[in-house]
Formats: sequence, structure tokens, C-alpha cells
Amino acid sequence: MHDTKVKLSDVVERHTLTVLVDNEAGVLARVVGLFSGRGYNIESLTVAEVDPMARTSRITIVTSGTPQVIEQIEAQLGRLVVTHNVTNWTAAEAGIEREMALVKVAGTGEKRVEALRMADAFRARPVDTTHTSFVFEITGNPAKIDSFIELMRPLGLVDISRTGVAAISRGPEAM
Amino acid sequence: MDKDDTLQGAALTAEAAPESMIQAMTGAEMVIRALKDQGVTHIFGYPGGAVLPIYDALFKAEGLVHVLVRHEQGAVHAAEGYARSTGKPGVVLVTSGPGATNAVTGLTDALMDSIPLVVLTGQVPTHLIGTDAFQECDTVGITRPCTKHNWLARDVNELSRILHEAFQIATTGRPGPVVVDIPKDVQFQTGAYHGPELVRHRTYRPRLDPDLGSVVRAVEMMAKAQRPIFYTGGGIINSGPEASKLLRELVDLTGFPVTSTLMGLGAFPASRPEWLGMLGMHGTFEANNAMHDCDVMICLGARFDDRVTGRISAFSPGSTKIHVDIDASQINKTVRVDLPIVGDATRTLREMIRFWKAGRHQADKAALADWWKQIGQWRTRNSLAYRPSGTVIKPQYAIDRLYELTKDREVYVTTEVGQHQMWAAQRFKFEEPNRWMTSGGLGTMGYGLPAAVGVQMAHPDALVIDIGGEASVQMTMQEMSTAMQYDLPIKIFILNNEYMGMVRQWQELLHGGRYSHSYSEALPDFVKLAEAFGCVGLRADKPQELDDKIREMIDVKKPVLFDCRVDPAENCFPMIPSGAAHNEMILAEIDDGPAISEAGKMLV
Repeated sequence: MHDTKVKLSDVVERHTLTVLVDNEAGVLARVVGLFSGRGYNIESLTVAEVDPMARTSRITIVTSGTPQVIEQIEAQLGRLVVTHNVTNWTAAEAGIEREMALVKVAGTGEKRVEALRMADAFRARPVDTTHTSFVFEITGNPAKIDSFIELMRPLGLVDISRTGVAAISRGPEAM
Repeated sequence: MDKDDTLQGAALTAEAAPESMIQAMTGAEMVIRALKDQGVTHIFGYPGGAVLPIYDALFKAEGLVHVLVRHEQGAVHAAEGYARSTGKPGVVLVTSGPGATNAVTGLTDALMDSIPLVVLTGQVPTHLIGTDAFQECDTVGITRPCTKHNWLARDVNELSRILHEAFQIATTGRPGPVVVDIPKDVQFQTGAYHGPELVRHRTYRPRLDPDLGSVVRAVEMMAKAQRPIFYTGGGIINSGPEASKLLRELVDLTGFPVTSTLMGLGAFPASRPEWLGMLGMHGTFEANNAMHDCDVMICLGARFDDRVTGRISAFSPGSTKIHVDIDASQINKTVRVDLPIVGDATRTLREMIRFWKAGRHQADKAALADWWKQIGQWRTRNSLAYRPSGTVIKPQYAIDRLYELTKDREVYVTTEVGQHQMWAAQRFKFEEPNRWMTSGGLGTMGYGLPAAVGVQMAHPDALVIDIGGEASVQMTMQEMSTAMQYDLPIKIFILNNEYMGMVRQWQELLHGGRYSHSYSEALPDFVKLAEAFGCVGLRADKPQELDDKIREMIDVKKPVLFDCRVDPAENCFPMIPSGAAHNEMILAEIDDGPAISEAGKMLV
């Protein structure tokens, strides 16, 4: 049943949505085109096939908007013919959100030691090491990755690659 | 027919598919077979290289009438007219590249107005896709935002499933256009054809039945209402004629006033006392004021379009709003409502009536009498009045005469877009659904003439009139040739004011009377043009000759281009200026109405 009452607010909120869709040709274009065509934001987007037998893909989108816009986004996503279901992890479901990032830091001497020490504190793992650089792999919620990147910035940050958010529900139930 | 019953039926039979239902044939033959299995009798189309195998299969097919248009946009609008006047899906067959891109305007039009269409496009062979081949375009890419759904059929064994799903998706839930793009090699290949009873879509399950608890609450709100109004829309028409019957019954039970959007005209009879006329930018004084002042608004199958609401912040500020729509995404889209009901209009109206009766509800008669008294006062403003003339034909007079002289016939009206469209909507009185075909959401000039072709194909004995303007009809004028080819006696009633009248009106009201490029200095002689097409041309210049000329138009058994020369300076009133509220209308002959604000000028 459609959610009836959304509070009237002009406050822009960030929401994480997951859409389970049929993995057919052009499905990502449908979702992305919906966002661009209606002027919605995409802050991050992650997509991969999750069930080859059922041919379903899971798309996780971090978006922002007023509660009214978020409600519209959910309704518009739900209306796509390829959509199985839409879940809003921020508003409704108790979910876990994780993102992975690869962070390259170049430098020598004190900064290099400090970068490694910080990485250890964040449980970021060096996956490539040279005499003058590290590539760290870090996993966590987006805020944790943000703060790690900020800490790396003065220590010789040269490149960042982020996967975007993946989300799943807590407890034994499926989405 | 209950749409989801067919879905359930399909599910039952799909489990035990007899071999006889699966047959081998070519992709092109599958297209023809699927159309027949879906009950299609008419196709509007235009051949080309990438659909030749389908046209070859069509050549041998019986029981399918193909209407050869003169431009693919005409094919889509004709299919829209066909669909809207019959309740059946319109089917279009066009080639790749320009065939597909020419169809885009019609697809967008159908999407905006929720018209069920199945558009089949040819595509270059699969091995040439992506190579910039001759007449190649990314049809599914281009049409993705202007269809309810679309497919590229790369595998002949998937083709029949896709075709049947296409019909199901186009016609159920909120109807809309779909595109099936079929590469030429797939049309030649042989594969397994599955009948429609074997196909069930994996995910698509439109919600049709309303939540009964919400219906009960809606009925209770209606019973307590002091100043209620039914605000009805195209959803009533799309739901089928039963919805219009049920709406009448609900009004019988409640005695509430009814207004309608442009798309919903005919769902409720214009002759009934509860009818307030159309609402919105060019709606009646009584309809818009009743919307503004109501305390309970029951919106049935309408979507709070900007042409209806005026300034959102001032839209019906004191009312409790009930919104029934088959499409959940329309709820709370622009106007926040108090009670949303997602469901089909027919089913929801049926439940509303059932609970109204079961609850032994009565409308608040005393309050309703006061409300009707207030509405009666608004009506005395006679907001559709105009200054008559004995020397020039006023466009309003032309519509009135056209209505009076045709009202006793089985008449279908299509329109182009602009002033004439609004005058037709205000003045032509519709008693039944499916008699009024107009481009509401997209506002496509050039819609009405080809739409009339489609309507006349479906209703060969009816009187089909396109009320047009001289600017709009020139956009698709070539379809007169189609009308000639198929002996379709459509009547193109052109209110010729030599201007793009609505553009001229806005330039007068908003841009200081600077009529920038809204005057057609060189117009064709429409009478001679008619003769060139082989049809009949008529012209009326004086009010005195209008009736006889209209009668002549009706009596001629050929297509007619009627050049009705009207007052070029006439404006369409009443009008809610952009950015204004429902109770801030400009009325005819009262020119000191609220000026359009700077913010309003930014709006369209």
C-alpha cells in the first residue's frame, strides 16, 4: 500500500534506495534516465546482477531531496515495468550500508609513516605498495570513508576510486 | 473486462502449455499472428526497408486493415484517435530510423495522455546495430523516456512473448504507448510462436483494486462534506464506459457538483444540472471557484496538472482532498492529498457506491443546498459569454452553431491545439465518453486531423469532426490524402484567424502586444487545397452563411476542409493567468482583472 502521509518539509535529506530489477538490456538506462529526466540527484549508484538464474539485478542509489521528492522517486522507480521492488533504507527498513574505496597516497618519510598508521586505525589494508606510495582498500559506511579520505589529503592523497553504496537488511529476512 | 482476470487466466494456462499452442514461423509472420491473436483489426503505418518482411507477411494476411498514412506522426495520432474512441489499443507499424523518430511526437503525446498504443518499428539487422548503418537509430534509446516500456527483440524465439507483453502493458494499469523494435534479420528468421495465453509478465502487476478501508473513509468524508466537488479526469475514460456509468450513479446518490479536466470531458453528461463545465486555465468561473472554495475534493482519475491547479500554493486551500488514481506516482506529486486511493476508477467507483449505500449515507442536504446556491451565483457570471457580432464570425459562435447542427448525430470531435481547442472544450457539450479526442498533456499541434482519420476508421458511419486552427492543421495536412484513399469523410472545421491564436493571445496579455512571428502572412487557399486533395473545400466569411455551410459540410460524403474565417482578434476567456489562483480569473469584457506577475511570465 502506498505510504499516505509524508511530512511536509523543505529539508533536503539523503536517502539510500535499493531497486531490484529484471536484468534486461537497457535496465540501467531506464533507472538513470528516470533520474536525469525528472531532475533527481544521484550521489552514488551501484549495480550488479545478484541472481543469474532469476536474471535479477540489484541497484543501490544514494539520492537526496525533500521528503516529497524522495517519495516521488520511490513511486517512479516502482512504476518501471522492470522493477520487482523498491526499498528505502533510510526511511523504512533497518539496513546496513557499506562502501568500498581504493585510496592512493604518495609520499615519503613522516607522511608515509603517518598514512600507514592512520590506515591501520581505520582498518584500511594496503593492497599495493611501492617505495613512494600505497593503495589502501577501505570498507565501511560512506561517512567513515569520507573521514579517511580527509585524513589522507594532507598526507599525499593522489587518487580515489569508490564503489558507491551497497545495502542489505539486518536480520534473517530478504529485502 | 477485468484486466487482471486475464492475467490470472494466463498464469493458469501457462503451466500446462499444449504443444499445439507453440508453432514455428518467421518473425514477420509472428507479428501478424500476434496482432490477430490480440484482436487487432486495424494498423496505421508506413513501409520502409527495415519492415519489408512484415509488410510482405501483411500482404498475404486477411482480416487486418492497414491504413497507409503520409507521415509516421500521422500514423501514431491516427492510432491514438482510434484507441481513444474505441477503448482498444492503437497499433502502428513504421520503419527504422526516420520512421521511428517521426513517431516520437505521437509516442510522447500518448504517454502524457495515457493512450494505449503498440508501436512496431523495424530496425537494421542485428549485425549492423551500432555501426551507423543506413536508417539506423537507437530506437529503444530514443523512445525510452516517451514510452511506458519498450523492447529490442534480438531473438526470434523471444518475439512472440515480447509482442504479447507489449499489448498487456499498453492496455492494463495506467495505459500508455509501448515500442517493439524488431531487427530485419529477426523478421526473416524462423522461431517458436507462443500464443498470448502462454505469456505472463515476470514483474508487471498493476494495482487495480482499491484499499477498502480507504474507500470507507472516503465515503465517510463525502457524507460529512459541506461543499464537495468531484474533480474527474481522463482516468474515468480510460477505465472504460462502465466508469462513466458509475460516476453518474454516484452523482445521483450524492447530488455533488462535477467538474472535469480537458481529458475527462464526456465522462459526465454536460446536459446534467450537476455539471459545472471544465476547470482549469480556461475553465468556467463556477468550476474554478467551486474548486477553490470546496471543503472536500474527490479527484477521480486526474493528476493535478499545472493547467488545472494554477498556483499550487493557492490551490483549493481549505479542502480535504481524496485522490483516486491507478498510478501511485501521481499521488502527492504536486498537490498533497489527505486520502490517496490507488486503484482502477471503475472498481473504486463501484466500491464507493457500495459503501455509500451499505452505510446508508446521506449527503448533508442543507449544506449542499447552500453550496448549490453559491454555485448558482457563480453561474450567473456567465463566464463563457462573448460579444456577438453581426458582421464577422466569432469563433465561439462557430463552435456553438457546429454543436447545435450536429448534436443529434453520432458525433466524434477531435481537435488541434490552441484557442480553438479551448473553445471547443468549453462549448461543445459531450454526453458520452470516448467522443472527445484531444492532445491534452503534450499539446501537440497537428494531432486532430490524423486523429480524425483513426476515429473515422473505427466508426465509419459516424460524423467525425476535427475542430482545428489554420496553423495546427498545416502541421499534418498531408493526411487528407490518407482520408481520401480510405474514403473517410472527416470534416476539418478550421477556425481560421490567420494567427497562432493562443500565442497571439499570450503576446497580447504578457508581451505588450508584440506579435512576434505569430501571424501567418502566407496561408494556403484551403478551398483550393481541398480540391487539390480531391476532397471538398468550403468557406464561410459571414455569420449569416455559417449554418448552411455547416449543413453542406455534414451532408457531403467526402472529406471536407472547412475554412471558417473568424475574428482574428478574439481572445479565449475565462483565463487563469499563469501563476494566479483559481479565484483570480480574467473574464471576457472585464479587462481590469489581475495583471500577470513577473513570476507568472516565467511560467508557460
